[in-house]
Amino acid sequence: MLLAFDWSQLAQQTVIGLSSGALWALLALAIVLIYRSTGVVNFAQGEMAMLSTFVAWSLVHHGLSFWEAFFLTVALSFCGGVGIERAVIRPVERAPVLTIVIVTLGLVFVVDGIARWAWTAETKSLPNAFSTRPIQVEGVAFSIQDLGNIAVSIGLVLLIGVLFRYTKLGLALRAAAINPEESRLLGVRVSWMIAIGWGLAAALGAVAGMLTAPALASFDQNLMQPVLLYALAGAVLGGLESPVGAVVGSLLLGVFVNLVGTYVDWVGNDLRLPVALAVILGVLLVKPAGLFGQTAARRV
Amino acid sequence: MSKSSLLELEDVEARYGQVKALHGVTLEVAEGEIVAVLGANGAGKTTTLRAISGLVSRQGAIRFAGKSIARRSPEATTRLGIAHVPEGRGTLSGLSVRENLRLGAYVRRDRAGVREDQGRVLGYFPWLEERADQQAGTLSGGEQQMLALARALMLRPRLLLLDEPSLGLAPKVVAEIFRIVAELNEREGLTVLVVEQNANLALDASSRAYVLEVGRVALSGSSPELRRDESVRRSYLGY
Amino acid sequence: MKRALGIAVWLLAAAAAVAVFLVVPHLVSDFHSRDLAGAGVFFIAIVGLNLLTGYTGQISLGHGALMAIGGYTTAALVVHEHWRDVWTIPLAGIAAGIVGFLIGIPALRLSGLYLALATFAFAVAMPSLLKKFSGLTGGSQGLSFLESSPFQVTGLKGTVTVFGHTTTANHFLYYLTWGIGLVGLAIAWLIVRGRFGRALRAIRDSEAAAASAGVNLPLYKTLAFALSGVYAGVAGSLFAIQSEIVNPLSFTVLLSILIVVGAVVGGLGSLPGLVLGALFVKYLPSLAGHVSTRPGAPDFIYGAAIILVVILLPGGAGGLLRRLFAPLTTWLYTRP
Repeated sequence: MLLAFDWSQLAQQTVIGLSSGALWALLALAIVLIYRSTGVVNFAQGEMAMLSTFVAWSLVHHGLSFWEAFFLTVALSFCGGVGIERAVIRPVERAPVLTIVIVTLGLVFVVDGIARWAWTAETKSLPNAFSTRPIQVEGVAFSIQDLGNIAVSIGLVLLIGVLFRYTKLGLALRAAAINPEESRLLGVRVSWMIAIGWGLAAALGAVAGMLTAPALASFDQNLMQPVLLYALAGAVLGGLESPVGAVVGSLLLGVFVNLVGTYVDWVGNDLRLPVALAVILGVLLVKPAGLFGQTAARRV
Repeated sequence: MSKSSLLELEDVEARYGQVKALHGVTLEVAEGEIVAVLGANGAGKTTTLRAISGLVSRQGAIRFAGKSIARRSPEATTRLGIAHVPEGRGTLSGLSVRENLRLGAYVRRDRAGVREDQGRVLGYFPWLEERADQQAGTLSGGEQQMLALARALMLRPRLLLLDEPSLGLAPKVVAEIFRIVAELNEREGLTVLVVEQNANLALDASSRAYVLEVGRVALSGSSPELRRDESVRRSYLGY
Repeated sequence: MKRALGIAVWLLAAAAAVAVFLVVPHLVSDFHSRDLAGAGVFFIAIVGLNLLTGYTGQISLGHGALMAIGGYTTAALVVHEHWRDVWTIPLAGIAAGIVGFLIGIPALRLSGLYLALATFAFAVAMPSLLKKFSGLTGGSQGLSFLESSPFQVTGLKGTVTVFGHTTTANHFLYYLTWGIGLVGLAIAWLIVRGRFGRALRAIRDSEAAAASAGVNLPLYKTLAFALSGVYAGVAGSLFAIQSEIVNPLSFTVLLSILIVVGAVVGGLGSLPGLVLGALFVKYLPSLAGHVSTRPGAPDFIYGAAIILVVILLPGGAGGLLRRLFAPLTTWLYTRP
């Protein structure tokens, strides 16, 4: 019975799941970065990533190669993220959580509006990031695109990890998130650290968008809406407080959703998103801190 | 105001939102002195330090080494060489001991100087070396206080603002901390402004003191003088 | 003497509000009455949400889903059981109130942002859930009153006669919605002033303090959820009655977001500004459309307006009103 099971399909679907999960992980990491530094979930993270993707498309349209556009867009997105934080979040930095949430919700409309105003509604496409040739490993076919997504994602996550753990800037970023007032007493410009956090998050989102788009035959302004939900689910699963959790959670979610979608018939393709939503609700009901989070004692 | 004043406050007012906490505080600290600020809970002692650092909105003249710092942010005040150890230590709990110390020198550019200071600081607190990778939040209260002090020293500060160092600590630990502060003042000429609820300790450790009441300076003088003062004895020394 | 004056001022304000309510439809076109009725729906939902978020501090991004419960309850009763549309309103409120209570129980374990996320996920999932149970809900097609039970629609013939007065259907909808809205506002006001309201405010300001003062935290928090659910259900029901049709796309997460925006703009934790919050949410999209019809411009303007209001007026309209009237209220309520 075991020999009749199609292991190669399982392997293929797992890699495909990891590939989607890897891209969700980038957005989830962005969400966690902002959550740790600002205390809110940036509901506009997906739309910001979508805007970056459109910018990349325009750059390609003007003659740059995919990778040239990629790096330029990442840099521009970083600046954009910093700009948004300075302009719109800074005035409400000390306000209650709900106020900042409303601002990010307003940002959803604003960014969406910009994307619909500056670019037409007709679908567009980005050239492939990686070659579309399949690659054979142990006789099983995998797509280079999927493997490439996983590699870029993991690489980027490691890079961010190194930044936070081993550089002075990373130390300052962490300190600012843990105890802003004390950090100011140590000379850390906490306000700017928060802005840099937003810049990094925007850059991560841009990468997520630019790798998501080529996989689709065409994309429009709705590109990142489902991705945001999957990323939220992955971040919640791994633990909103934990960057490692966000990444691992998203990868696990990617594999889970894909395998459930492949092997469970009535889920098929339509109910994948509700599966992710069920994960969010399930985790929040059972262990809100997520897989890697620590249930913090409530501050009185 | 004497010429060797390192820190001068003149009629400083401070408020938290609509509530005024300081109603006009005037004090000065000369270079090389240890000055204490005493008073009951809510008298405004902590607020005074926060006003100096810029953590609270304030009015009035605040001068450091002759130059006004009344408009400066905490980040800028630190860069002038004012190290503020806040109430409750301000330990960065998620970070290691080593990382906390590194942050103490965050604003400094002189690598060699920082390394030198690291050596000095480990001289005062040798146990920090073996606990370098321990999470700062897992240290005991006394250890965290010493870490906070060590971290402040990494700035090579000209002025140390110490807020309630004895809070929540056992007497032996507190004595050790004050001993180290005294040593730093003697050996290195570190100027200290210490806020303390424990008047006994504070008057022992300092050469001069101010007594705050309801946001104003009620009494001031040399520490031995204040020790003998009737009202101080009754209200703050308990006899 | 001042106390009597204070009461007089209040009565005057209340009378003015009622007068405005009665008179407005005659000052605007019939079509606008219908629009205002739509704003009334938001108003009711916003008052309910305010009781929850403004007074116990629990953030819900899922009240659009509770509106859906109310709306679909009404629709199901009208279409499947042939009830008269207006008589379904209480049941719709109760149904949503029960669901609100059920949500309130697990919500006890979640705080702030986590609760926001959970309710957000619930709101996003609602359209899919509605499509799934198509036997009851009519699936993606939804339920249409006119198709299935036209005679249960009040105002089918274009005019409505109540207690001998005849008005147009649109006017009727306006009076029905805002009438219920004002009653709901009055009830909310009474609740807030009473023991329940004090307990709620204690919870909002410090849960630990409230608990140690003997406030039964779980009970009050779930009751607040249930109560806000009732309001949302009634709002949803009125929405269904006004549209004469419901389908899953009427109740997307956008609706939940609009309710929260309306509550914040109106002013959390206070009641006077909420009418402005409802008007803001109802009319801003079309106003934005008037400024520019280029694609994306209305969205941009809408989002920018939300952000600006929240930054400039953190207390919302209610906070602004309070500041404007502060001299008067201080004078009235302080002893000489």
